[in-house]
Amino acid sequence: MVSATVLKSSFLPKKSEWGATRQAAAPRPATVSMVVRASAYADELVKTANTIASPGRGILAMDESNATCGKRLASIGLENTEANRQAYRTLLVTAPGLGQYISGAILFEETLYQSTVDGRKIVDVLVEQGIVPGIKVDKGLVPLAGSNNESWCQGLDGLASREAAYYQQGARFAKWRTVVSIPNGPSELAVKEAAWGLARYAAISQDNGLVPIVEPEILLDGEHGIERTFEVAQKVWAETFYAMAENNVMFEGILLKPSMVTPGAEAKDRATPEQVAEYTLKLLHRRIPPSVPGIMFLSGGQSEVEATQNLNAMNQGPNPWHVSFSYARALQNTCLKTWGGVPENVKAAQDALLLRAKANSLAQLGKYTSDGEAAEAKEGMFVKNYSY
Amino acid sequence: MATVKLSSPATGLLAGGRTRRSAPARRATVIRAAAGSYADELVSTAKSVASPGRGILAIDESNATCGKRLSSIGLDNTEANRQAYRQLLLTTAGLGEYISGAILFEETLYQSTTDGKKFVDCLKDQNIMPGIKVDKGLVPLPGSNNESWCQGLDGLASRCAEYYKQGARFAKWRTVVSIPCGPSALAVKEAAWGLARYAAIAQDNGLVPIVEPEILLDGDHGIDRTLEVAEKVWSEVFFYLAQNNVLFEGILLKPSMVTPGAEHKEKASPETIAKYTLTMLRRRVPPAVPGIMFLSGGQSEVEATLNLNAMNQSPNPWHVSFSYARALQNSVLKTWQGRPENMDAAQKALLVRAKANSLAQLGRYTGEGESDDAKRGMFQKGYTY
Repeated sequence: MVSATVLKSSFLPKKSEWGATRQAAAPRPATVSMVVRASAYADELVKTANTIASPGRGILAMDESNATCGKRLASIGLENTEANRQAYRTLLVTAPGLGQYISGAILFEETLYQSTVDGRKIVDVLVEQGIVPGIKVDKGLVPLAGSNNESWCQGLDGLASREAAYYQQGARFAKWRTVVSIPNGPSELAVKEAAWGLARYAAISQDNGLVPIVEPEILLDGEHGIERTFEVAQKVWAETFYAMAENNVMFEGILLKPSMVTPGAEAKDRATPEQVAEYTLKLLHRRIPPSVPGIMFLSGGQSEVEATQNLNAMNQGPNPWHVSFSYARALQNTCLKTWGGVPENVKAAQDALLLRAKANSLAQLGKYTSDGEAAEAKEGMFVKNYSY
Repeated sequence: MATVKLSSPATGLLAGGRTRRSAPARRATVIRAAAGSYADELVSTAKSVASPGRGILAIDESNATCGKRLSSIGLDNTEANRQAYRQLLLTTAGLGEYISGAILFEETLYQSTTDGKKFVDCLKDQNIMPGIKVDKGLVPLPGSNNESWCQGLDGLASRCAEYYKQGARFAKWRTVVSIPCGPSALAVKEAAWGLARYAAIAQDNGLVPIVEPEILLDGDHGIDRTLEVAEKVWSEVFFYLAQNNVLFEGILLKPSMVTPGAEHKEKASPETIAKYTLTMLRRRVPPAVPGIMFLSGGQSEVEATLNLNAMNQSPNPWHVSFSYARALQNSVLKTWQGRPENMDAAQKALLVRAKANSLAQLGRYTGEGESDDAKRGMFQKGYTY
């Protein structure tokens, strides 16, 4: 790999001297400042990203905030206690052989520091399973002033030290989810803010040893057709890559987590997996440089089976990047219901998880067939105005 | 929700259709919206130029530059001599096996052979796409650090439409970026924006745009610095191409390879150049772009071939090929010397270089039998093209 050079920063005024002396800048013509990043972690980042983007594998997203995890638990009649969250996460990470299909697991902060019910650190369990631990690092969505009722994702303050600590604890990749709403525009402002926030977060993550997963989710909400989604996705990804380049993010050490290109949830026409694949792959071909090792799709309200079928359709031919999954609900739904909070059901629940993980593994390889899928797995999970 | 006017017209997130209002004028087929009615033809033209084992012969020297070529072999710069020279090149039998496109200067697009056959027809008969230089040259960029910008947007649409009628199917616009002069952020933005505007107009008029921001070889900088600048330039270019709704499946790129500056103390091997250049391409060029046709910019004929060959040692997500002027023509010109009796030998020399680069495109070039002359560098400091 190219040995990066750091542009001598001596001609740039140091922050402390900013007000004091502008002539700290050496007399040279205004250059385009474009440091090829010399993150000390460069090699490790590339290796981690490639490990996660390995054939037949994808990501288990289990980074629900405590509040959101509470909703999951409530849906099976459990209280939102730390013990219950621990029990549920233990069930997930100890599913035997999970690492055959799952290459990375995104955790919420609490889980990163938790142990299983029998006292082993969750990060250690994951590593033993061959699963790279990841960590959600954003601080959630808040209203974006000056926009059309849109949101922005906060979390840059203190991000560097937060990530350094997460790295110490064993995390090796990070995740930051921002959203874009088609019914609300999206406005130019919302798109630029989303892209810039992601780019800043990505640069800080790499600086602290974490592979950033770059997730601008274009929400399913709306009655727009698939072509409108495609337009917006093209815009969002053009802005995101431009912003990342400006921030000198190393593309060989990132992963993407896009939404697939589909019609809005309330559009009158549904799209087949082949159509979703056609539009989504066209988008990727137009916007994603091949140096990005992996594209891990979010499921965003699709049913378990839909999410698998769509992924499978995208892998019917070779792609210049690993095209895979980073699913939360689409991996966990049946598992959760099977468990119901009952210890005797743990094995069956783990089997349900493995079933979905394997289905998506096959879909990553383009070899999935939907024979034998249960009716429940086909139920959509779209919730209007869903807040994650 | 508030009835806020959605995304201001100037920056509308609209389909590649023409309307700029925020109204529901967005139902166009977006997958190929940009480029309007020529979309399919653009895609097939680009694919044809980017076909395996083939590349572009650049013979779009302006009359003034062509004059320099002719005078180097003792000929006057007359229309007849320019015609004779281009005729020699374009009537070379079997050229179409290695050459998929030829970039012409305006004069040549309208010229014929001495027995009256249109040059564009000579090309079409060989399955070589005719292309046309459409820019109006480089001029000083005010507010920059002695840098240049490329003019040519005025009247470009009608110019392109005329060229299309005459048989051209692709266009070329060359702007430059200078590392010794910065480059300044201004020069880079202007280069990128000009290219993007030209590309959109070209597609609108049926011509596949070749996108050429040449990062000049001049300077004593090392290869890492070239990589930095190239990454910046291509990031800007693609961002503006997207903003201008250019159809990526219907463009071709003409980058400079990532090499050290001409006056840098160390030369780089073909393997190093390939590694840096491919890294740059992989970081900046989405796979929808069908072809990347490198310029030779002062490299010797053999260097240009070796470097291309090194880049094709394993599969790439885009066709990686050549668009060479001097690196295809140099030996031809010297062999010809303006003498009719040398025509066969000169045409053979062209085929030798064309075939060598064809093999390089396939990653199969071996360099046996190359002459010393072919190995001589053609870099000229401060070269104006």
